[in-house]
Amino acid sequence: MKAKDIAELLDEPACSHNKKEKSGCAKPKPGATAGGCAFDGAQIALLPIADVAHIVHGPIACAGSSWDNRGTRSSGPMLYRIGMTTDLTEQDVIMGRGEKRLFHSIKQAIDDYNPPAVFVYNTCVPALVGDDVDAVCTAAEERWGVPVVPVDAAGFYGTKNLGNRIAGESMLKYVIGTREPDPKPTEADIPIYDINLIGEYNIAGELWHVMPLFDELGIRILCTLSGDARFREVQTMHRADVNMMVCSKAMINVGRKLQERYGTPFFEGSFYGIADTSLALRDVARIIGDTDLITRTEQLISREEKKIAKKLDLWRDKLQGKRVLLYTGGVKSWSVISALQDLGMVVVATGTKKSTEEDKARIRELMGEDAKMIEEGSPKALLDIVAEYKADILIAGGRNMYTALKAKLPFLDINQERDFGYEGYEGMMELARQLALTLNNPVWDAVREPAPWDNLGYVKDEKLNTVLWSSNG
Amino acid sequence: MAEIIKRKKALSVSPLKSSQPIGASLAFSGFKRAIPMMHGSQGCTAFGKVFFVRHFREPIPLQSTAMDQVSTVLGADDSIVEGLKTICEKSKPALIGVPTTGLSETQGCDAEGSVKTFYKKYPEYESIKVVAVSTPDFTGSMESGFAAAVHAMIDNLVPSQEQSHTRPGRRKKQINVLVSSMLTSGDLEVIKEYIEYFEMRAVLIPDIGDSLDGHLGDDMFSPVTTGGTLVSELETLGDAIATISIGASISKAATLLSTRTGVVNHHFDHLMKLNTIDKFVALLAKLSQKPVPEKITRQRSQLQDAMLDCHFMLGFSKFAIAADPDLLYSFSHLVNSAGGSVAVAVTSSKADILQHVLAESVKIGDLEDMEKISADKKVDMVLGNSHAVLSAERMGVPILRMGFPQYDLIGGFQRTWIGYRGVKQTLFDLANIMTSLDKGEIEPYQSIYAQKAD
Repeated sequence: MKAKDIAELLDEPACSHNKKEKSGCAKPKPGATAGGCAFDGAQIALLPIADVAHIVHGPIACAGSSWDNRGTRSSGPMLYRIGMTTDLTEQDVIMGRGEKRLFHSIKQAIDDYNPPAVFVYNTCVPALVGDDVDAVCTAAEERWGVPVVPVDAAGFYGTKNLGNRIAGESMLKYVIGTREPDPKPTEADIPIYDINLIGEYNIAGELWHVMPLFDELGIRILCTLSGDARFREVQTMHRADVNMMVCSKAMINVGRKLQERYGTPFFEGSFYGIADTSLALRDVARIIGDTDLITRTEQLISREEKKIAKKLDLWRDKLQGKRVLLYTGGVKSWSVISALQDLGMVVVATGTKKSTEEDKARIRELMGEDAKMIEEGSPKALLDIVAEYKADILIAGGRNMYTALKAKLPFLDINQERDFGYEGYEGMMELARQLALTLNNPVWDAVREPAPWDNLGYVKDEKLNTVLWSSNG
Repeated sequence: MAEIIKRKKALSVSPLKSSQPIGASLAFSGFKRAIPMMHGSQGCTAFGKVFFVRHFREPIPLQSTAMDQVSTVLGADDSIVEGLKTICEKSKPALIGVPTTGLSETQGCDAEGSVKTFYKKYPEYESIKVVAVSTPDFTGSMESGFAAAVHAMIDNLVPSQEQSHTRPGRRKKQINVLVSSMLTSGDLEVIKEYIEYFEMRAVLIPDIGDSLDGHLGDDMFSPVTTGGTLVSELETLGDAIATISIGASISKAATLLSTRTGVVNHHFDHLMKLNTIDKFVALLAKLSQKPVPEKITRQRSQLQDAMLDCHFMLGFSKFAIAADPDLLYSFSHLVNSAGGSVAVAVTSSKADILQHVLAESVKIGDLEDMEKISADKKVDMVLGNSHAVLSAERMGVPILRMGFPQYDLIGGFQRTWIGYRGVKQTLFDLANIMTSLDKGEIEPYQSIYAQKAD
């Protein structure tokens, strides 16, 4: 990828970070980095497309360390969970045989697994050696008649965020708009509308909590980019009536460009927590603008909210008043707050490293003007805040799990590697259960006690060189 | 002698191999107050870190020189210097390991030169050891990367006999132990335990048994490893009474150590079979001039008893094993010692030891190869890492997880496989899995004339 193309991707007018120099697009600092590279970002953004053969073109480290690494679920094909890489050798690099190996790799993937499409992720070594991945993909597609999509995302191009955008750009350039949607079902007695969910990864299958609600309202999900998606769904994304950016700015370029090219409006929302799930449903209906749909949506929301409020009573006793330190990025910095407040918990501080000014305004609305916002998220800084604000639990991404556990602090994983689904009204039940499970566990008392042999209550008299055992314990 | 079958296909599907920089980073993590800094793009490190965190369920100190577009094209040697300075400033480690990656090797970095530049530019950090090692991911595997790092540690930090006047046997109770990447933290604990039974002291190179054994310490957070062998101990290796090396991949490093210091090296390819463990124990008795303690003879007799119990299930059992060369070799001996056989052997990269694997052939390849070769072999069970779980599912057979990574098995990282007790437990587990297969059950049959009407 040319420097000019990268610069263009970094300039994203729809992103409110665009004006300031912010973490997402800032240069990494040698010796003090956290987070993945552009390849990482591109791969995680697209890997959940379940029926595609995802080939990583590079030596082993890129795919070897990362394949089948996410909690995303498929309701059908499992091809996305099979790691594929050209596993370049020294000879390939020296003799310039990478392109040839890639070409044959694509054939092998098509012959053996018969996918509807092949995605090829470029990585550092072939990008540096100068393999023409685009040309190989074009040639392979012509030769074997299966769409072969290049995703040019070498790690050294930049950060994970950039990689997300590169992934979105590849979809816009090669996939979206290459097929018209299937005809709408005609037997229903309500009008059917089409939407896309962009940035929804169906972690642990949590989208399946929300899908029945859309079905009831007569809203067809043309495509989720990319949880539980199929290639033929991605092809039709240009025909949606509304695009929802789910909990993420990662692929905002897709939303913006679909608006520019096809006039589809988009909005940002979240399915975490009761208030936000309701808001998201409301926003969809409002933007579509069908008054009957709006009425039916309100009815559904009031029914579901009543139902879940009752179910949550069971957990509220165990969670009421517990103090939470929330450290996560972007939209989740406020959307999860409302979920936790729904459970009667107190959020003492929240991370705002990747949050925008709008995000921060919403945080103030929810937590009050004095809300503690955490910009710097080093393990040490987090633990200091835990101590200062007397937090009972840290809710953060998996990478901080052992920070918490080493400090003998309860923890809940809120990011992508987790095994539980928290979206929608039903997801709240799981969130409550997981919180209660860790907070009420007796191990915490046990590990916080000092080892008994350090304090058996004896005193050594140095003058007599004698151990005196206390007689009253 | 096993026939070695090379990789023939273009695409690697369901890769078995982990990369060399991963192995090197793991080796450096076996020293106290250490931090590896991979020389590559930040993804090289981020992936490795997540990989390790999932396997060990521990925070893992790991940094990156974060090569970007400019430094990749114009030269990233300065990034090494800058990265080293940043880490020294922030964390004051005892050791920084610098494994290279595919990116930096392709670009043509001079990691060792950069380390020299660093010391020249920042003499105030002279006391912090920095060891660079060439570990491109387009050759070898995790195992060879680990071995290369150990070799580089010895080469850079162990002084020769002439230089420092060390003398073999001056420290009568010290035994140096060089270990391959196949050994878990549990395995290393057993080695130390055995040596302590003979009132001697083991210096493990490296010792992930002390750094990555999953212990809850007093410190809430540390940017460097909290356990492992002291880097300063490397200067004492020349005074030890003997060196023991375990695992074929580490023998090159062991030879370097013995020629440089004059300390005799005793090599074992594995410690996963009764009579090999016997030899190990006998060696310790000889070196220490002490009788074998009752504890050990007891454990030995327990293993013998277990072997008897398990032979009913394991006799004629057939295994598919996918692992790095050392581990594949070791398990092929264990399985055979219990009356089973290795029907399918797949490994990640080539190594001399492979020809001694107890199997007809060894395929250098991936987990898809294991699945395909297994098709007509009637394999009972798979031995492999967590990536092999899906393969085993497709093959319709159970799996016992071993090797790296094990991200879906709590505690898998620290399981003890070696020594009398380790082997005993392995046999029990294999036997239980075999039992669960309901092998030999007779299919229910109903007479066509039966009046049951159900």
